[in-house]
Amino acid sequence: MKTSLNPDERGYYGSFGGAFIPEMMQANVAELQEKYLDIIGTQEFKDEFDVLLRDYVGRPSPLYLATRLSEKYETNVYLKREDLNHTGAHKINNSLGQIILAKKLGKKRIIAETGAGQHGVATATACALMGLECTVFMGELDVKRQAPNVGRMKMLGAQVVPVSSGSKTLKDATNEAMRYWIANPFDTHYIIGSVVGPHPYPDMVAKFQSVISEEIRKQLKEKTGSELPDVVIACVGGGSNATGAFYHFLEEEKVRLIAAEAAGKGLESGFTAAATFKGVSGILHGSKTLFMQTDDGQVVEPHSISAGLDYPGIGPALAHWFETGRVEYQAITDEDAMQSGLELCKLEGIIPAVESSHALAVLDKTKFGKDEHVVVNLSGRGDKDLETYLKYL
Amino acid sequence: MSNRINTVLESKDNILSIYFTAGYPKLDDTMKVLVELERSGADMIEVGVPFSDPIADGPTIQHSNTVALDNGMSVQLLFDQLSGVRDKVSLPLIMMSSLNPIIQYGFEQFCQKCQEVGADGLIIPDLPVEEYISEYKDVVERYGLRNIILITPSSTDARIRLIDEHTDSFIYMVSSAATTGVNKNFSQDFEAFAKRLQAMNLKNPLVTGFGIKDKESFDQVTKFSKGGIIGSAFVKAVAEGDDAVASTAKFMREFA
Repeated sequence: MKTSLNPDERGYYGSFGGAFIPEMMQANVAELQEKYLDIIGTQEFKDEFDVLLRDYVGRPSPLYLATRLSEKYETNVYLKREDLNHTGAHKINNSLGQIILAKKLGKKRIIAETGAGQHGVATATACALMGLECTVFMGELDVKRQAPNVGRMKMLGAQVVPVSSGSKTLKDATNEAMRYWIANPFDTHYIIGSVVGPHPYPDMVAKFQSVISEEIRKQLKEKTGSELPDVVIACVGGGSNATGAFYHFLEEEKVRLIAAEAAGKGLESGFTAAATFKGVSGILHGSKTLFMQTDDGQVVEPHSISAGLDYPGIGPALAHWFETGRVEYQAITDEDAMQSGLELCKLEGIIPAVESSHALAVLDKTKFGKDEHVVVNLSGRGDKDLETYLKYL
Repeated sequence: MSNRINTVLESKDNILSIYFTAGYPKLDDTMKVLVELERSGADMIEVGVPFSDPIADGPTIQHSNTVALDNGMSVQLLFDQLSGVRDKVSLPLIMMSSLNPIIQYGFEQFCQKCQEVGADGLIIPDLPVEEYISEYKDVVERYGLRNIILITPSSTDARIRLIDEHTDSFIYMVSSAATTGVNKNFSQDFEAFAKRLQAMNLKNPLVTGFGIKDKESFDQVTKFSKGGIIGSAFVKAVAEGDDAVASTAKFMREFA
């Protein structure tokens, strides 16, 4: 099967994607489907987005050759420092892109879901910047384990709504945001934080995050003379940072792309979030994709130590890239991720988000050549995770 | 092909359709509630298939879904419970489900089972009309079922016409564009939408759902449409007290 970078006109990547939404969401989603490519393709949009990414976010984020880490793993490890972005993760790229789009569509209010709180903080930040009202839905469990981010969102003027249904995590926050949009469709834009949801969200979010791989190409060329690394590694919850890091390499077949899924307590433990290993195709959050479910089609509650990866499925493009074999998937346990995160602290003086630690753990599981250039997308910083890390010290 | 839904639509006005969640409040309440609804004067019944993550439902129905699943309800068990329903209940039965449980069961197998137990139609809120036409319509029709599609005040005329063209029973008219909670402008929004639809001269009748909680709101919507669907209000009422049959009878008394 041919691997597609972009969806077809109905929003499909191979057999995954589409827009399986109730009629009550149709008008808002159709408006996006009809207009997003035209709007984000204009020079005006690009200029506004580029200036914000540069002057507000601090892009380009550095591509850092991690020498001590490279020494340990006997290869050349480059870290794409999305953790140095304003608000501390890659999520801000998408929030800014979507909020400019929302303004051009005349929307007055923004809603968002969040897991680790990074997308919530990024969206609350973008709303403060643009003067728009912001409501963030967050699972009750995540409100507890990511308390610093809840505080940040409130300081930024957002209303945080704790969600008590289901597993009280990211999937339930997403359900609740969709329900709210159904009930309050007027003047409201829903900023989905990952490459999930009905078409055109997966493609829209992918395009806003693709700045990551666009920069990697340029930075690598300066450092090594070649735009192409041998390997790109990223963690996958819904898949937005991975999609951003893979995007401009997807059609370069020589570049090996590795996605780190959260195995939780282990693939066979019943406490996992590894969607390609344990999932089957079905309809979740408006698209056809791979997610963990029972034989009866009920969504299985995921588990990961990382709130940002604690999601039962993956975006439809990532499901397609799994199906075609273009992207390799590895399952990383809570324990392995935590050890790799702590290792980065000690070897490089960088405290990574627990999410990003899953990508780092791939270094220990995979043998790379000593002349190879391996880029790890360090999607976020670990300040929000101190309490979790301290338990593993 | 004749179908109980069409028969009721042809023979009656002010159709009272009641939604309930299968396996709620207790696992074996499904058949009891069906029988009592028929006895107490409902005209049509929507049998809700519970799903863990329904996005089109408000908190009351969501909660009933969670309880039903905790009770052990599944698609297969529901079909087992419904076998023999046609010896006891003659009202049209419409299966209302999110798409995922149906496709995991097997879409065609689900339709075949519906025909076998004597269900008449489907409502799948997250199956948009375009996907229905391209992937599923043939199968639904092969088993003599009617697929009922929702429209809202924000649906375009072109979309409503497309839905009308591919429907052969009724169109589920969502009363207002803002669907949950108390909508202050319920009657104005609804009337404006009803008048817009009247002017379109659709071939299918309209049955209204969302926001109908009692006789008064039912009477309001049936002035402008063929019938009304009560969901959350009934689901809430059926769980009050320990006996779902008595609770159903009590709720229905108002409509007698």
